[in-house]
Amino acid sequence: MKCTKCKTKAVIGLPRHNAAFCKGCFNGFVHDQVARAIKSEKMCGKEDRILVAVSGGKDSLALWDILLKLGYRADALYVNLGIGTYSEQSYAKVTKFAEAVATSHGATLHLHTVEQAAGAGIKELAQLIHRPTCSTCGTIKRYQFNRVAIEQQYDVMATGHNLDDEAARLLGNVLHWQEEYLDKQGPSLPASVEGFAKKVKPLFRLSERELAAYAVLNQIDYIVEECPMAKGSKMLQYKEILNRLETESPGTKQTFYWGFLEKQSKKQPTATTMTEKDRAVLHPCTSCSQPTTTEVCSYCKMMARAKIHSTS
Amino acid sequence: MQVQLSHPARTVEVKGPKKVKELLRELNLVIEAHLVIKGNDLVTEDEMLYDGDQIEIRPVISGGTLERTSLVIRQSSIVNQKSNFVSCFYE
Repeated sequence: MKCTKCKTKAVIGLPRHNAAFCKGCFNGFVHDQVARAIKSEKMCGKEDRILVAVSGGKDSLALWDILLKLGYRADALYVNLGIGTYSEQSYAKVTKFAEAVATSHGATLHLHTVEQAAGAGIKELAQLIHRPTCSTCGTIKRYQFNRVAIEQQYDVMATGHNLDDEAARLLGNVLHWQEEYLDKQGPSLPASVEGFAKKVKPLFRLSERELAAYAVLNQIDYIVEECPMAKGSKMLQYKEILNRLETESPGTKQTFYWGFLEKQSKKQPTATTMTEKDRAVLHPCTSCSQPTTTEVCSYCKMMARAKIHSTS
Repeated sequence: MQVQLSHPARTVEVKGPKKVKELLRELNLVIEAHLVIKGNDLVTEDEMLYDGDQIEIRPVISGGTLERTSLVIRQSSIVNQKSNFVSCFYE
């Protein structure tokens, strides 16, 4: 198989683009896709300070790498969830990348440790407050990410969600007709109220396979093992189904997700925007001041319950 | 050839020569969800693999693990016994 651009030996075929690339041309393709995503969704500018959520996985480390190489001012936040050796290994991958790549670009790695803040790792915390582990994890990560972004005055937060993630989530939301979630599924969410940072997903044009290939080709050492807390995940089932469809009909995932984005962008201008909806229902938490629909936000309630359980 | 797989981690022996896409088909793995690495290099699905090659088939999908995964390895030969293959079935 030859590279579509330069005709040397290809290292990866991309059926959905009817193309194949050598390492150099593939890197160019990936960088172009991210630059295009940022421009088309007006995600950020070169002067903006970006906070990247990194987990040690291929997507978040690839995102940090790409943003730095494109010349963006990108720092990162790692949240240590206290999941035994899995957290130790993922943190090791993040610090290795930070030392090898990020430091030379003048980028900073922030760290938040759940066990230090809550007195327990994510598994113990979920058991203490009688909530599913994944739900507890999601609440904590979203809260901490927003908190650091606001406190450290970052202009935008960036996550490594990719085309597969977004297509699978869209499939799940459509299967269950969760229309309120559909409104919040764009790749660029504004800072709708005071206390929320702008949130973007610059990798939405790239598939998981393309990002894994980018990581391998650029020797980004990432954690391959999955989180041991996330067994039987529905997202994984949706991804498997979509990948079977993609194999039979290349381009299925992008047609599905990008088609949805196009329809969202053509919605009537009189329709209430997400910002207007948020402003109508969100107000500062009485405990921490982060936006919430209730008097005390989910995170503060969780921490309060964990404290009561641990002291009783 | 030695083929290293993940989720769960294990190694299977597969007889070459065989194209990458043929190997994936026999192992019931979709190309869209995997990378094939020979030595330290990525290989495309039309690449030929030979006995003695060290192959890693790396899953790329993140977001959790299947709740029920079992691996059945079946080895069989065709009538003229010129080829063997290993099939992996996931339940």
